[in-house]
Amino acid sequence: MRRLFFILPLLCLAALVVLFWRGLDPARDPSSLPSVLIGKKIAAVNLPGLGARPGINTAEFAGDVTVLNFFASWCAPCRAEHPLIQELAAMPGVRVVGITFKDVPVDSEKYLAELGDPYAAIGVDETGRAGMEFGLTGVPETYVIDRDGIIRYRLAQPLDPGRLKDELTPLLLDLTQ
Amino acid sequence: MRRWPSIALLLLCLMAGAALTLPPQPALAQSEQPDQPLADPVMEARARQLMKDVRCVVCQAQSIAESDAGIASDMRKLIRVEIAAGKSDDEIRRFLADRYGDFVLFKPPFKVSTALLWAGPFLLLGLGGVTMVLFFRRRARAAPPATLSEEELRRVTAALQETGEPATRPDHGSGA
Repeated sequence: MRRLFFILPLLCLAALVVLFWRGLDPARDPSSLPSVLIGKKIAAVNLPGLGARPGINTAEFAGDVTVLNFFASWCAPCRAEHPLIQELAAMPGVRVVGITFKDVPVDSEKYLAELGDPYAAIGVDETGRAGMEFGLTGVPETYVIDRDGIIRYRLAQPLDPGRLKDELTPLLLDLTQ
Repeated sequence: MRRWPSIALLLLCLMAGAALTLPPQPALAQSEQPDQPLADPVMEARARQLMKDVRCVVCQAQSIAESDAGIASDMRKLIRVEIAAGKSDDEIRRFLADRYGDFVLFKPPFKVSTALLWAGPFLLLGLGGVTMVLFFRRRARAAPPATLSEEELRRVTAALQETGEPATRPDHGSGA
């Protein structure tokens, strides 16, 4: 018992050191939230297309490996990640689709005319209601949906070359096998 | 010394310039999309109450009732629409938690993954209580300090008499 009183504070200290050490990790983002939708079936969302493009009907996603990207012309980080979305669209067997989030269709058209249109289909979510079905917290956000319509990946921030190489590409290669 | 007035003038100009270049206060996002209260005051009161329990996923420390973020405004609208459509508070909470996680609720539901969160404080309290009871019991059981034997008392008395102090028996109030 006496030994326990000696060891217990040391154990507490060790536990705190581990806790604080983890808290100091620069790669750790305390405000990032795990998505509860990963591993779940994609929500039923049906959106009209932008201009003459086909719209988004998530029921039709089954059978394809889909990358779903929420974007908006008013969103600067979307512009920054756009070349990487184009890279994704060039991957064989991957269908890249987009949803414009709370954007004016004319502005979305201008954005795509300027930067290029890598999307196989684009849905228009003017009210942000469809975004809510995905637990969207802002734009851009990117989701990967497998052939069975299960959400496998979610990125609640702009895509960057590191994540594209280390996270998305291996996952997509695996899913398109 | 002659430099001071010119420096003061320069500072004044800078301040005036800063004040001029500040953009006019942008109109709040809410005034563009006013939160339309529900016509029924009872439903509106329910909506307001619910908004206080839903966390803004952007600001995180604020509820959607007090956040100016776009997504918070969307969620307020959603809550009003769902309440008007006859949904119960629990249904709306579940709808949001299914999409944003339990994190979105300031009062997360009691389940396996949150059991420690809810029960933790009571567990700690119980643990402290048990420790305290054990501690006091052991102290009560420990032998009381021994009193002086007759022989020791005689020696102390003798020693004190040598210095002229009166001897008193240092017992524990038992009168023995």
